[in-house]
Amino acid sequence: MNRTRTFGLVAALIAFAVLPNFLKSYGVYLMTLFCVYLMAIFGLNLTVGYAGQMSLGQAAFLGIGAYQAAIFLKLGWPIFIVLPVAGIVCFIVGLILGFPALRVQHHYLAFATLGFNILVYLVMRNEEKVTGGTFGIPGIPRPSLFGYSLDGALPFFYFTFLSVVVLALFLWWLLRSPWGRAFAALRDNPMRATSLGINITAYTLLAFAIGAACAGVGGVYYAALVQFIEPAPFHFSASLTMLLAVIVGGSGRFFGPVLGTIIVVLLPEWLRFMQNWYLAVFGFAVVALMIWLPGGLLSIPERLRWKGAAK
Amino acid sequence: MGDLIQLIVSGIATGAIYALAALGFTLLWQAAGVINFSQGEFVMLPAFAILLFIALGAPLWLAFLLACVAAMLVLGIGFKWVIVDPLIRHGVIPLVIATLGLSIGLKSTLKAGYSAEAHPFPSPFPGGQFSIADVNISYADIGTLVVAGFVVISLQLFLNRTVTGRAMQAVAQNTDAAKVLGIDVKRMVLYTFLINAVLAAVAALLVTPTYLAKFDMGDAIGQKAFFAAIIGGFNQTRGALLGGVLIGVLENLVGFYVSPAYKEGVALILFLVVIVFRPEGLLGRAEERKV
Amino acid sequence: MEGCGEMTPTARFLEVKDVRKAYGAIKAVDGVSFAVGPGEIVGVIGPNGSGKTTLFNSILGQIKPSSGNVDFCGEEITGMSPLQLSRRGVGRTFQTLQVFGKLSVRDNLIVAAQEFQGTMPARLLAPPDAGLGQHADEMIEFFGLRHVAQLPAGSLSYGQQKLIDIAMAFMPKPRLVLLDEPCAGVNPSLVDQLRALLIDLNKAQGGSFVVIEHNMDFIMKLCPHVICMVEGKVLAEGPPETVQANRQVLEAYLGN
Repeated sequence: MNRTRTFGLVAALIAFAVLPNFLKSYGVYLMTLFCVYLMAIFGLNLTVGYAGQMSLGQAAFLGIGAYQAAIFLKLGWPIFIVLPVAGIVCFIVGLILGFPALRVQHHYLAFATLGFNILVYLVMRNEEKVTGGTFGIPGIPRPSLFGYSLDGALPFFYFTFLSVVVLALFLWWLLRSPWGRAFAALRDNPMRATSLGINITAYTLLAFAIGAACAGVGGVYYAALVQFIEPAPFHFSASLTMLLAVIVGGSGRFFGPVLGTIIVVLLPEWLRFMQNWYLAVFGFAVVALMIWLPGGLLSIPERLRWKGAAK
Repeated sequence: MGDLIQLIVSGIATGAIYALAALGFTLLWQAAGVINFSQGEFVMLPAFAILLFIALGAPLWLAFLLACVAAMLVLGIGFKWVIVDPLIRHGVIPLVIATLGLSIGLKSTLKAGYSAEAHPFPSPFPGGQFSIADVNISYADIGTLVVAGFVVISLQLFLNRTVTGRAMQAVAQNTDAAKVLGIDVKRMVLYTFLINAVLAAVAALLVTPTYLAKFDMGDAIGQKAFFAAIIGGFNQTRGALLGGVLIGVLENLVGFYVSPAYKEGVALILFLVVIVFRPEGLLGRAEERKV
Repeated sequence: MEGCGEMTPTARFLEVKDVRKAYGAIKAVDGVSFAVGPGEIVGVIGPNGSGKTTLFNSILGQIKPSSGNVDFCGEEITGMSPLQLSRRGVGRTFQTLQVFGKLSVRDNLIVAAQEFQGTMPARLLAPPDAGLGQHADEMIEFFGLRHVAQLPAGSLSYGQQKLIDIAMAFMPKPRLVLLDEPCAGVNPSLVDQLRALLIDLNKAQGGSFVVIEHNMDFIMKLCPHVICMVEGKVLAEGPPETVQANRQVLEAYLGN
């Protein structure tokens, strides 16, 4: 990364950190929600964008993390236990979900993961004893940190914001490690990869598991932020939206999820009065994007450079 | 015993509707390599088109025929020209994403521009039921079976007995070989899109009286169609039929004997079992991996 | 790495014993046997459809031979997966281009060897270049790819991608490499250069090569030992001059 970009990134982070001080509580809530979804979508970008696996089940992991957090936070467990538990459970479930990916690819995989999401949703809706069914789980307490309460909107925002930055740094490091290169090899040419000793079975499963763990961790923040959970936000259509966020931002580009999450989480909330029309435009825009800019919005500068070079 | 037979018959009727949508799915995949994730909306739109023509004063049969024509123009030719043709050379995934976007776009447009409510839809069949011993079967189920059966059999006859139909099958099996044989591949692919549109319109006519016309009615049908296609075997036309009927019947049985809450899970579990143990589908041939 | 190491001093290196592969009534490979010694370069020639690639795929675990077996360093490797074979030091190149299109040339080379370094958890904690940066740079230099080293491999010319493909196969210093038509699609002016590169690699790394190739000049100058296959069988075998002079070989190529 060159100096201007580093400077731009730091400036953006500071602006993002300062901004909530000037917003009403709903604005702070939205920015926190943005950070929550960003965790899940960063993870999905690893699975889809870097490792080339199709996944339409990310909302299920967000949900699994959220329901666990709801149950355990209400039992009074500390956040330091709840977070790793959610991460590890989703990691393991993600590993299991990866198995169909070893047998089938592309659209089959899309439907296998979608099927998993529907199943998880059915369980959330029907197993009332554990999940509260359609009534959900109300009254989830905000956690506290070293005895310092995160009840207020701003403290909780900073906690979430810091966490998403840590998660992003972790993913940045992971993707620059040899593992990141192996994920890309798996995406670009699995047959060649396996003849070079790359264990594509292991990397496929890991790509799902790590992506799922990110969403699971995000789910914990979701439950603590909203303080009430029900099945609806974890419907498969949310998975679809998250996948589109990855693609629209620029799949396999590190900062693609940031742009994608602004478009699918922040803007629709902000334009709530015209939400349906927003979705309609968004849907057709995705079609147009696939036709004219399949690399996503972050590929625009590259496109322009190519055009410039061609002249 | 009476319950069981009733459940099976109405399951087959529902399954036949899934099969119609699934049939279109597999035909598109075979002939053009297209996976259409907006297949459910391809059923939803004709349903609303029929309602529109009825509102304009047409009787149901005429409204249906007009909807078929509109579907062929918009969901057949229009879909192919505007979305499939520019995207098909980039491979399967961009098209999957584009049709996902299309699905959201179509649903939301209808919801925002027309209505978010469920609208009643006239049944093409008389109400009531007939009884033999303790078995009650509704005329609607019989009618659905007759119409779906007629459409499927005519389609099979068309594909197997006519020159055009055989040419279409040749394209589906091996596009390059078909080209060498002098078959007009582009035209055959276009026919496939037209057939898909008509199948969707028929499915709309049959399913909407029970599902009601609603902007998101396509979600369930689209999913079931896809699951049916995979369960039966994506590269076999008969597979879609088997898959559809299997889902319809098992859903009814599970809904009645196990738990109505998990009825929707039937297709999924069947599907997950099939892709783990027999990814080519119950009737499918394994597609060879290209080295 | 040369030969099989000290563990099996007497074992033959690569031994292909009576391998057969039939597709229905068509015998693509019909009882082929040959052996390759440590550090040897063996060429496989034959007209199109003579079963060369099927033979390769049977040795490399891409397809399962109908009968016969393949031993490597005294161990039977028949039907092993490409992953297992790569672990035993068997590398390959493909007839068609098989690079990692979006990775840079340097990353293509590093990823080709990184999985042979340590365990998976260790690789997660390893430095980003997995300690292979220097080796990759040497290889890049060796193959004359320095000016494109940071570009995505998929954006390069066919010839350049072919070189990357070959360089990748040699990155992990394999004991045996099977090259499937290394000259196909390469600019004729570069063929001599490619041959020189392969001979240098053979000297430097000491691995054995089996090369399928249609370019006669290339193979005759590269390989001290040549096998000619026709209709799934070995028709002639020996030094290039002998095979070249064989009347049946000439007939197979010119006749029919």
